[in-house]
Amino acid sequence: MTLAKRIIPCLDVKDGMVVKGEQFRNLQISGSIVELAERYSREGADELVFLDISASLESRRTRLEWVEEVARHIQIPFTVGGGISSEKDVEALLARGADKISVNTSALQHPSLITRLAGLFGSQCVVAAIDARPDNGQWEVYSHGGHLPAGKELYSWAKEVEDLGAGEILFTAINRDGTCQGFATEAIARLTDIVNIPVIASGGAGCKEDFLEVFTRGRADAALAAGTFHSGKIRVPELKTYLRQEHINIR
Amino acid sequence: MQQITIIQYGAGNLFSVANLIRRLGYTVTCTENPDILRQADKVIFPGVGQAASAMQRLQANGLDTLIPRLEMPVLGICLGMQLLCNRSEEGNVKGLGIFPADVVKFPATGKIPHMGWNQVSFQDSLLSRGIEEQEWMYFAHSYYLPPNDYTTAICTCNQIPFSAVIHKDNFWGCQFHPEKSAEAGQQLIQNFLNL
Repeated sequence: MTLAKRIIPCLDVKDGMVVKGEQFRNLQISGSIVELAERYSREGADELVFLDISASLESRRTRLEWVEEVARHIQIPFTVGGGISSEKDVEALLARGADKISVNTSALQHPSLITRLAGLFGSQCVVAAIDARPDNGQWEVYSHGGHLPAGKELYSWAKEVEDLGAGEILFTAINRDGTCQGFATEAIARLTDIVNIPVIASGGAGCKEDFLEVFTRGRADAALAAGTFHSGKIRVPELKTYLRQEHINIR
Repeated sequence: MQQITIIQYGAGNLFSVANLIRRLGYTVTCTENPDILRQADKVIFPGVGQAASAMQRLQANGLDTLIPRLEMPVLGICLGMQLLCNRSEEGNVKGLGIFPADVVKFPATGKIPHMGWNQVSFQDSLLSRGIEEQEWMYFAHSYYLPPNDYTTAICTCNQIPFSAVIHKDNFWGCQFHPEKSAEAGQQLIQNFLNL
């Protein structure tokens, strides 16, 4: 009995709709939040991620309502991220039905936030989201939705967030996002070697074989995708059947 | 109509478990009021967070002496289950002592927290009706209760077996989160409400 490899659909939410872009740009509307959330929960997704990518003040308030609405319709673990910068933000989200929260830019600005959140809510509640892309031969971490270089290198920052108390790492390869060219498998394999907390691989899923590769060669604990699920190009039940046939431990 | 009460003592998220019970057609009260708790038909004792601070909050309301004396079915979930035990290594804190067993930390030899879906081996019991003998449930924890005389379902993390469900008299505990474990978890909650 070992943990199943997790399949995680991600809802990137802007102005109350699920959107999807390419390399964090050119956003297109993919569908309704609750409809997609309910579909994924019903179809056997192992977890759901909700990323508020507008993260304006206005959207913070409506975000709570959307989070609650999603939580009412699903019975699987639920992670919420986007613009979370304080204990109060987290408390409000947990009260509306989130199980975990993910921090990204705010953790880069104030790494101690991870430690404070882990102390208050437990490491299992704190996901460190890391967006990175290869620049001149090394993986550079970006903040602000992939827009600003953070002056950190992927592997050292990953180790740091683990030491600070994060319970999980959600690594997105910006250069793969929305390209359907496969996950950044080698970087993910190195990450899973370096840290002793679960790694969720994100960015680049285009076909079922990409998932197989990220679980085998990449040794990822979970794989996240958005557009490829929203469009119906890959359906969660079929993906899981395929991975089971390939002897991956799948729920 | 059954009175289902969830102990609300500031340790974690009651939303999902309350939401699930409502969806099953019951009304739910979330409270720390001892008088309301005593009148419940079923009590759910959730918990997410840290054992020592959770115990402090129970003590502040006198719930540490009330809970062990409850006579209706009580279901502890995750940290709630661990607090029903004698002692926890987390903050080296004394628990409610209903189960004479100690909760310990997973060694750092594998990935911790034990977080995600894992397969549970259920013995036949009232709580496991309609659930497969090997069923996937969702876990998120770093401390565990080794198997003991009260264990009715078992799971393994990094080759270490631990108690996934425990039962003694009117007290039940599950280490996983039934409210996050899709249909199988819902079945377990329904079984508890049917007790």
